[in-house]
Amino acid sequence: MPTDGKILLSASNVRFSYGPKEALKGVSLEVAAGRLHGLLGPNGSGKTTLFKCCLGFLKPRSGTVSLAGLPVARLGPRRLAAQVAYVPQDHRPSFPYSVREMVEMGRTPHRGALPILSRRDREAVDRAIARLGLTAMAGDNYANLSGGERRLVLVARALAQEARVMFLDEPTSSLDFSNQLVVWEAIRAIAAEGLGVVICCHDPNHILWFCDEVTALKAGLALAQGPVGEVMAQGLLEDLYGRPIQTVTVGSRTFIYP
Amino acid sequence: MTFRRKLVATLVLAALLATAFFPALLSGAYGIGPGRVASIVWSKATGRPLPANVTRAQEVVVWRIRLPRVILAIVAGVALSVSGVAYQGCFRNPLVEPYILGVSSGAACGASLAIVFPAHFPGTQPTAFAFALAAVFLAYNLARNRGLISPMALVLSGIIVGALFSAAAGVMKYLAADSQLREITFWMMGGLYFADWGDVGLTLKAVLPAAILLWWYGWHLNVLSLGDEEARGLGVNPARSRLVIIVASTLAASVCVSVCGIIAWVGLMTPHAARMILGPDNRWVMPGAAALGAIYLLVCDTIARTLTMAEIPLGIVTSILGAPYLLWLLRSKGRELYAN
Repeated sequence: MPTDGKILLSASNVRFSYGPKEALKGVSLEVAAGRLHGLLGPNGSGKTTLFKCCLGFLKPRSGTVSLAGLPVARLGPRRLAAQVAYVPQDHRPSFPYSVREMVEMGRTPHRGALPILSRRDREAVDRAIARLGLTAMAGDNYANLSGGERRLVLVARALAQEARVMFLDEPTSSLDFSNQLVVWEAIRAIAAEGLGVVICCHDPNHILWFCDEVTALKAGLALAQGPVGEVMAQGLLEDLYGRPIQTVTVGSRTFIYP
Repeated sequence: MTFRRKLVATLVLAALLATAFFPALLSGAYGIGPGRVASIVWSKATGRPLPANVTRAQEVVVWRIRLPRVILAIVAGVALSVSGVAYQGCFRNPLVEPYILGVSSGAACGASLAIVFPAHFPGTQPTAFAFALAAVFLAYNLARNRGLISPMALVLSGIIVGALFSAAAGVMKYLAADSQLREITFWMMGGLYFADWGDVGLTLKAVLPAAILLWWYGWHLNVLSLGDEEARGLGVNPARSRLVIIVASTLAASVCVSVCGIIAWVGLMTPHAARMILGPDNRWVMPGAAALGAIYLLVCDTIARTLTMAEIPLGIVTSILGAPYLLWLLRSKGRELYAN
């Protein structure tokens, strides 16, 4: 695992347009090992586009993205997946894969030529399953789990991928209160092990409580960027969402409310 | 399900196929004893002279008629099943199969064009394959709406594309001269009645490499069945893998259509049955469905040629046996099939 503080992901001046509509107007981003970086912004602000540019799903019109010093544009899908893991939003697959089979798919970038898993692959899968406390349900049908459990399986799959950067797309949406906390705790523990983590999240409170840094996007531009304690001020949030917003600090926690 | 149990289940299926093979070879309108059948096959296969007590008629029935027909039934069952598995996985849709995606009508349209205008097309088989491929891609792209494809949209666009190509084949029939019309009708009717070693050789050359390649891509198929973005995130190039998989499965299916005619539903039934036995991992579903498809077509064809004095078309037997199964599948597992 890389040492804490090393820059793992760096995007500089990324621009992207869907046809004539410019979705990203030059956004930069740096994520260090062991840090949780939140992406915040209203719908249509360019969060998902920035996400996809960093993952290599979209090709930026200009600007560069590099992962651990390697330019994303020049890595093939397989080498890219060995560097960066993607945790998608919740969905049910069309076929009834078991939890273990889902996590095994995380080994795709490390597989040899044969369509089988090596002992090293199986050990990585076992570790990832145990790490997220899923051992008891490893044989269960993934599609029949609760939403929170499915999210943990996807995180376990990303962990089995053994990438250095992990991207999570709204990992706690549509989860109940307790499951949201379970997922956030799991993500924090993973970041603490030295991964760089980027999270798209719609709840400013969650970013304030669980993330180390934040990038606030509006209309394709970074409105503010930096440690959450400095950036997440009342003024910024009012700019971001265009309505009055209050904050209150109780003990050591700050809460954002309308 | 453990690796061991999957292996045992697959071996049981292979053993079942072997057991279905011998009764199929022994049964037929012309009765020949098992010992004699064995001695004919053995001496023909090893190139020895036939035993003196074997008549010319027996030799022809066993070696020229029954054996190629039995092998062709197996090859066709394998081809339709593995292509069904491949289409279902890479289109993320448990409801598609070669027939529904318009492969059969596309192949029929290409073949009739090549027959009516032989100067403009490079032969019947390659044209049939090219048109089958065009039908699949057309169905796939028509169903796509802003990058998303709903299972029902794909089934509907497959039916529409199939109707389009069938209509084009109909126009070719209208334009065809008498001898060409006979050739087109013969091509479309297909069936296993006319199976000979040439057909076996032709289909094996396409189906064997395609089936092996598709099994090799089983892991990619698992990843692709989660969706394009997830596949990319896991290190698979979805467009390229899908292209390889579609070309291989369309080749296998269209060659089968060209030799055996249109045999519907097999490619839909056997992947589901294999998934029930072996789970959803395509590395296992592929060989399991292949064995089940081979057994199914072998049994259906044996029934088709022995049940009555005259021969029943194979497509009718497969549909009579297949429809109740699909009905049961839809009633009991409908919710899983229509998920998403």
